[in-house]
Amino acid sequence: MCGIVGLFIKNPALQPELGRLTSLMLKTMTERGPDSAGFAVYGSPTSGQRKMTVRGISAENLGDFEAGFLKAADGSASVARHQDHVVLTYASDLEPAIRAFVNGFGHDVHFASSGESIELYKGVGLPEDVASRFGLEKMQGTHSIGHTRMATESAVTTAGAHPFSTGPDQCLVHNGSLSNHNTLRRRLVNEGLTFETENDSEVAAGYLSWRLAQGDKLDQALESSLKELDGFYTFVVGTREGFAVLRDPVACKPAVMAETDDYVAFASEYRAFADLPGIENAKVFEPEPQRVYHWEHAA
Amino acid sequence: MSGARNTRIFDLSTSTLRELNSTLQQEGAEGAWEIHNPAGRHSLAVGLTQPVSITIDGHAGYYAAGMNQRANVVINGNAGQGVAENMMSGSVHVKGNASSSAGATAHGGLLVIDGDAGARCGISMKGVDIVVRGSVGHMSAFMGQSGNLVVCGDAGEALGDSLYETRIFVRGTVKSLGADCEEKDMTSEDRQILTDLLAKGGITDIKADEFRRYGSARKLYHFRVDNASAY
Repeated sequence: MCGIVGLFIKNPALQPELGRLTSLMLKTMTERGPDSAGFAVYGSPTSGQRKMTVRGISAENLGDFEAGFLKAADGSASVARHQDHVVLTYASDLEPAIRAFVNGFGHDVHFASSGESIELYKGVGLPEDVASRFGLEKMQGTHSIGHTRMATESAVTTAGAHPFSTGPDQCLVHNGSLSNHNTLRRRLVNEGLTFETENDSEVAAGYLSWRLAQGDKLDQALESSLKELDGFYTFVVGTREGFAVLRDPVACKPAVMAETDDYVAFASEYRAFADLPGIENAKVFEPEPQRVYHWEHAA
Repeated sequence: MSGARNTRIFDLSTSTLRELNSTLQQEGAEGAWEIHNPAGRHSLAVGLTQPVSITIDGHAGYYAAGMNQRANVVINGNAGQGVAENMMSGSVHVKGNASSSAGATAHGGLLVIDGDAGARCGISMKGVDIVVRGSVGHMSAFMGQSGNLVVCGDAGEALGDSLYETRIFVRGTVKSLGADCEEKDMTSEDRQILTDLLAKGGITDIKADEFRRYGSARKLYHFRVDNASAY
């Protein structure tokens, strides 16, 4: 099954509520996916700075990791810790150096996401526990994407949890299964992409990142994925300013959306909207198959 | 919404879904009920066998009023997948939109949807009457066996694929017809059936003459190897 949720805030006054509302939505989707959960939160970017989320840092490695990072960042940087995830903030031009440091650190430490506004957290366990472990309730931002997983295509591990981030400020959550992901993975590897898991959803994320890197706009990348990705899917995709939804032509996987003047929300089931403010008067609709829906904040 | 006299109220913010359904399924449940705070829960008011009148005040999740017999259920909101699935008799009225597979496999009764219905509306319907004020999604009335599907708006791709004897009436455009579904002449019997269904659906501003009638070409009833590619 799997449950997916997304919330794109239109009214800035609601930004402080983003994490709390996302956490309620994730908790409601536990019945669709109790084995792991994850979420990406997009905050307001700070000019000239980048953020990287890194996961799998144990208490005993934290000291070495922080020291190594600050050395690589030449001192002018900061670290925020959320359980075994840390969010590193540093000057944009240091991105290659920080990436090299994280990839070389070892000790099962993994890159999770990077960009100007994305932070990405995921873990094994009940969605409610995962959300509270990382303090999602208190997080603020402009939009969020979350996933509760019932594993079908690969193992129950943190790496197999969604979202998958394969490009700067990009991430994807997926409900469904892709039938041509191995073929597509080989093609994308030939194009220079690398994949961390055997998961089909990571291939979908990688495909979109590849299209975006080729110069596609988000909606164009999603249009072309309709031709290239075979199988059942509902995708919710985040970029720095944007938020998009796509369903396959058969639209077997459930999806419902709600829009008000204050927000656009996506969920696998209406239940996940029940706690959203003003939901009684929202426009609630089912996204059509093969149609790209997307919203963007002014850049 | 305030309860009329003798209307019993069931509040799902204080009681469980299991309590709701077991109460409504019992003998003695006859009469009017309002269900408050449904919050999109699944399986609301399912398996009813008593002549009860139920108003769900809000949005319903999957399979609302499924397997209904004799009860009249009104949903003041949207309904999730499989609303009125396998209904035998009685009626279900969705005031908002319905998701996919509305009225799936239903044998009898009346399903009215004021808004749009998603994909596969009336899939494998076996005698139910379905009246949709808005549009229906792709593969609606797939393998429909009997009953009537009335669509006042448009129909998506592959309408009536592998159809048996369900009558389909569409007022708007049909994106494409499924295998073995064809447009038919509207007979006076068809017109009468449609007129009655529009009235039952509370639709007074649309006339039967505005619809086209679709049905089975009856070429795929029995397997013939010549038709293998059409199945």
